[in-house]
Amino acid sequence: MDLYLPVANLSVNALVIVLLGGGVGLLSGMFGVGGGFLTTPLLIVYGIPPTVAAASSASQVTGASVSGVFAHVRRGGVDFKMGGVLVAGGILGTFAGAWIFRRLQELGQIDTVIAIIYVLMLGSIGGLMAKESLVAIGLSRRGEPPRARKRRHHPLVAYLPFRTRFYASGLYISPLAPLLLGFATGMLTILLGIGGGFILVPAMIYLIGMATGVVVGTSLFQTLFVTAVATMVHATTTRAVDIVLAGLLLVGSVVGAQVGARLATKVKPEYLRLALALMVLAVGVRILLGLVWRPEDIFTVTIS
Amino acid sequence: MKVAALILALTSPLLLAQAKPVLVPDVSQREIEIVYSFTGADLLLFGAILYPGGRVPAGERPADVVVVVKGPTESILIREKEKVAGIWVNADHARYRSAPSFYAIASSRPIGELVDDRTRAIYELGLDSLQLSPVSTAPAEEQARFGRGLVDLKSRAGLYVEAPHAVEITDGVLYRARVTIPARVPVGRFTAETFLIRDGRVLAAAVRDIDIRKSGFERFVARAAERSSILYGLTAVALSVGLGWFAGWVARRL
Repeated sequence: MDLYLPVANLSVNALVIVLLGGGVGLLSGMFGVGGGFLTTPLLIVYGIPPTVAAASSASQVTGASVSGVFAHVRRGGVDFKMGGVLVAGGILGTFAGAWIFRRLQELGQIDTVIAIIYVLMLGSIGGLMAKESLVAIGLSRRGEPPRARKRRHHPLVAYLPFRTRFYASGLYISPLAPLLLGFATGMLTILLGIGGGFILVPAMIYLIGMATGVVVGTSLFQTLFVTAVATMVHATTTRAVDIVLAGLLLVGSVVGAQVGARLATKVKPEYLRLALALMVLAVGVRILLGLVWRPEDIFTVTIS
Repeated sequence: MKVAALILALTSPLLLAQAKPVLVPDVSQREIEIVYSFTGADLLLFGAILYPGGRVPAGERPADVVVVVKGPTESILIREKEKVAGIWVNADHARYRSAPSFYAIASSRPIGELVDDRTRAIYELGLDSLQLSPVSTAPAEEQARFGRGLVDLKSRAGLYVEAPHAVEITDGVLYRARVTIPARVPVGRFTAETFLIRDGRVLAAAVRDIDIRKSGFERFVARAAERSSILYGLTAVALSVGLGWFAGWVARRL
């Protein structure tokens, strides 16, 4: 079923896009990540212009995180104070990211920079997750109880001034730490079209030391608002948001997310984390190959 | 044949004084509307060659026909990737002021056999004779490299097409050619030029305009994105929040 995308200026098979959204939604429901890190590269592989892909997948992540946020709010899994600080940082980050995006576009290096960030990020996070989940699987195989990790924030965080209490997270730290974290994530959201959940969640646990019960909910809360702002920034600056493309992705992903959330309860969490880690690594390796292999198109054309 | 005969009958008084053949071209569609199901369009370019005597004069070689469909020209920037420190990054670039967004040439014989390079450059006949108007003053060799890169890239996207032997000529007087417009074509005013060529000279030329535009919902969306971007962005956000919320609501009831 062919459908013409009015902003991307090309026609796509609507069914393929819906299925792509569905697959990504399934993963996002299972693993609690937005799935933007898969959507954007897959859309580019399908032939959608990179800017349109990044701009439109941001709105897909918004849709996928909505129902998650509601679910977590109902059972008190969102630290609104922490979330507010993260969102504030994230919004500043999107504006900074938009400026960087434009500068890199003028220099013609945007695609390379995006690819390098992806490789570094996916490689390190995927590696860490794989290692951590393998250790956990090994422990549970031998029947040992998992070592309880002492929950602490990183020593550097303790040096920051203006400490305040985050009751739901059980923390007394400076709001500058989550603000900076939000800022970095917001920049990535604009540049890569990702929600940043898979950066935010480990950072919240290992760097800030938040209570685990509110980590996923608060991260989704931040993702929801920052991707919405990112969509607005793209709509008003690059004008590359294709509402038809976003709609198709959304229809697939919101359904997939619900199915995935149900599946997730049937699998052991450490296996789930290992599967996610392997997938993240696979995407990272694919992008790395794209950088080092001689590309099919040596030349690229932009309308100026 | 019947059409040609009719045209001849109607126009023959005008032709008597003329020694050169005259071209009467037409296209199957003057307007192409892009709607939701647009996957490209087939253009039929056809017409008649009117010879003074009503037929190809005895002892003369029959003339050839070349058809060129051009899209609106764009100002473009081409970048070339180079391997730096192990990875491929954009290095050199070149700017051109007037690259056609779409270019298809169909001819009854390979264009190189019909006219010389100078004529080809004048009439922009063939992919290696496009007048791209380079902005930079780089050496000719470098310009040529970027030009070839552009043609190669656009050819693989189906936006630059060269089809020798694609023009059929019936009895030396009726011609027809089919040109496929792909879905990723830009909107705007296209031109369909027809050339009648014999002995390396262009005997007659004629131009018809073709308008390609978005219509209905597609036009509305593209305009909204361009003109009222804030409202458009808010709509996109509302759509995603609404759909996500609705799916969650449905799932809780299942």
